[in-house]
Amino acid sequence: MNYNWNWHIFFEPNPTGAGTYLDMLVAGLLLTIKTALLAWVIALIFGTIIGILRSLPSRTASWIGFGYVEFFRNMPLLVQLFLWFFVLPELLPRGAGLWLKQIPNAPFWTAAIGVGLFMSARVAVQLAAGIASLPRGQKNAATALGLTTAQGYRYVLLPIAFRIILPPLTSEFLNTIKNTSVAITIGLIELTGQARAMQEFSFQVFEAFTAATVMYLAINIVVVTGMRFLERSLAIPGYITGK
Amino acid sequence: MFDNLDFDVIRRSLPYLFLDGMSFTLMLTGLSALGGLVFGTLIALMRLSGYKLLGRVAGLYVDFMRSLPLVLVIFWFYFLVPYIGQWLTGAARPIRVGAFTSSLVTFIMFEAAYFSEIMRAGIQSISKGQPAAASALGLTYSQSMRYIVLPQAFRNMLPVLLTQTIVLFQDTSLVYVLSIPDFLGAASKVAQRDGRLVEMYLFAAAVYFVISCVASYGVRRLQARIAIVR
Amino acid sequence: MIEISHVNKWYGPSFQVLKDCTTSVAKGEVVVVCGPSGSGKSTLIKCVNALEPFQEGQIILDGIKVNDPKTDLPKLRARVGMVFQHFELFPHLRIIENLCLAQEKVLGRSHDEAMAKGQKLLERVGLTVHANKYPAELSGGQQQRVAIARALAMDPIAMLFDEPTSALDPEMISEVLDVMVDLAHEGMTMMVVTHEMGFASKVAHRVIFMDKGEIVEDALKTDFFGSPRSERAQKFLSKILSH
Repeated sequence: MNYNWNWHIFFEPNPTGAGTYLDMLVAGLLLTIKTALLAWVIALIFGTIIGILRSLPSRTASWIGFGYVEFFRNMPLLVQLFLWFFVLPELLPRGAGLWLKQIPNAPFWTAAIGVGLFMSARVAVQLAAGIASLPRGQKNAATALGLTTAQGYRYVLLPIAFRIILPPLTSEFLNTIKNTSVAITIGLIELTGQARAMQEFSFQVFEAFTAATVMYLAINIVVVTGMRFLERSLAIPGYITGK
Repeated sequence: MFDNLDFDVIRRSLPYLFLDGMSFTLMLTGLSALGGLVFGTLIALMRLSGYKLLGRVAGLYVDFMRSLPLVLVIFWFYFLVPYIGQWLTGAARPIRVGAFTSSLVTFIMFEAAYFSEIMRAGIQSISKGQPAAASALGLTYSQSMRYIVLPQAFRNMLPVLLTQTIVLFQDTSLVYVLSIPDFLGAASKVAQRDGRLVEMYLFAAAVYFVISCVASYGVRRLQARIAIVR
Repeated sequence: MIEISHVNKWYGPSFQVLKDCTTSVAKGEVVVVCGPSGSGKSTLIKCVNALEPFQEGQIILDGIKVNDPKTDLPKLRARVGMVFQHFELFPHLRIIENLCLAQEKVLGRSHDEAMAKGQKLLERVGLTVHANKYPAELSGGQQQRVAIARALAMDPIAMLFDEPTSALDPEMISEVLDVMVDLAHEGMTMMVVTHEMGFASKVAHRVIFMDKGEIVEDALKTDFFGSPRSERAQKFLSKILSH
């Protein structure tokens, strides 16, 4: 392969004048983490609400849940980000639209909310499946003790269901991190974006992408290890969850 | 709110959107799914082969691919494929590769990791008695795989494979980052040329939504039918 | 205490699970409900605390109409204890927490109060040493005793038992029945779905025999075991007692 490798490139100053190329990549890494964490919080909140709706006996509730999930699952994430970023401000009343366009850091907020809502549909599906996998008697027992439906979910069904779906939630969290890279298309310069920028400035394509790859692998290892730790600390003695 | 929108731009660009854009998207989806399935099955067989080294290599490949964002993988292959071509053909310099070929290689390699996990689950779901019965009849390992295990695994996993293909269909929109005119790329081109972002992106969203909805409805129907047959 | 009159229940348009069921349980009375599987006995007992809805007839519990939409069901349910076939302890809560949850959340007792009550009842069922274990660490018989204690912690005015021993290994049945016999001797109002005819002959005041959704026989214990009037009850008894 006649390609000029130059691994020292990371320590050369980058063209923005602020630090080295490595600094650029680290800034991207931090932005990826920040965006993903906010998106994940959004995904968990909305996913939990919708997941509960899908598990309720009420027809209306499960239809709302179904519609929500179908809406966010049947459009490419990229298209959804375009809708939030380019289309929504135009469809709002003038004042609101203008305000939306002038928000500082718009790509960041759009990415976090867009990826968060996209992922919330998947969290909802997992949670509803987790609740459905619980024996019917658990809900009956909670009801028979006089717990209201809300209390039953809060103290009995959700704590067990979330433990059961912890392994799939781990991969959904990893997906959230990976999906933030789609926001490169609305101008979010996260890790992949910085690697791309570095490639354009320095022409050292493979070094830039190798570094980004290593960083993504590192994030994965950290998350998987962390979640395994969480799984172990939440494990109920004698009770086999999931698997 | 809709007063200064011009939805006629959609009608005017329909031929370009579908004959160029959508056909690229569907072609890429179909061929990637096919290639991903073939390579994915091979990877799954490697992982289950019982040869430690082979299994580890396959496992590493799958874990590696699944750790990376698709956008990064698209960039990787976009720059890497010319060098791979050079190495394969022995040319003097990196060869020029078209947008379609480059994306196809990317998606096949990427999807193979995901399809292999599905096929692995499918193969493992077949009871141990099946290959045992096959070898009792005198079938070799590869015959037993080819005629007994894989057809059943494929059949059982068909709904999951199709669902993954719907995801793939949506994911192909990411070739946008290479300015390739797939369906979304074509819509975006018109949008920017005519300054009609709202109309074009709404239309693109609707088209993806309808196709994905219809496809996943079909998969649900299929799943119900398979469940009855079993 | 429990008045069941002309209760009809259908699953779907055509399958009738309860046919014109009428009976009652007086204060301090122990009534055993038996019958072949699918006879509707579990469904009937679940109607009493409205775990199962029914379409016609009415059930009055301590003067309160169960199937009145204005009835505060959680409050009503908190006043009748229920014990399930599969125990239905909450797997993610320690034994003592299983006993405290509804006391605190439904009755509004303070944590200390609930703990004291819980400890007292654990002592009563002989499981004090297991207070801090999780349900899955206990045997089936122990779990069912915990479930009885959990129901008693609510100071119920009556107890419903839905086949409390049928999921247990034979050697564990008596430890659960002993607790139930003690309870009966103390004058607790009890409605018990069970096949344990030994228990019935020891403590029941009345025995109800159900078949195909109907109450076929409703008699004093001595009459039922001495000379069941219906052929179906005779057949059932001979089958169950011949072993």
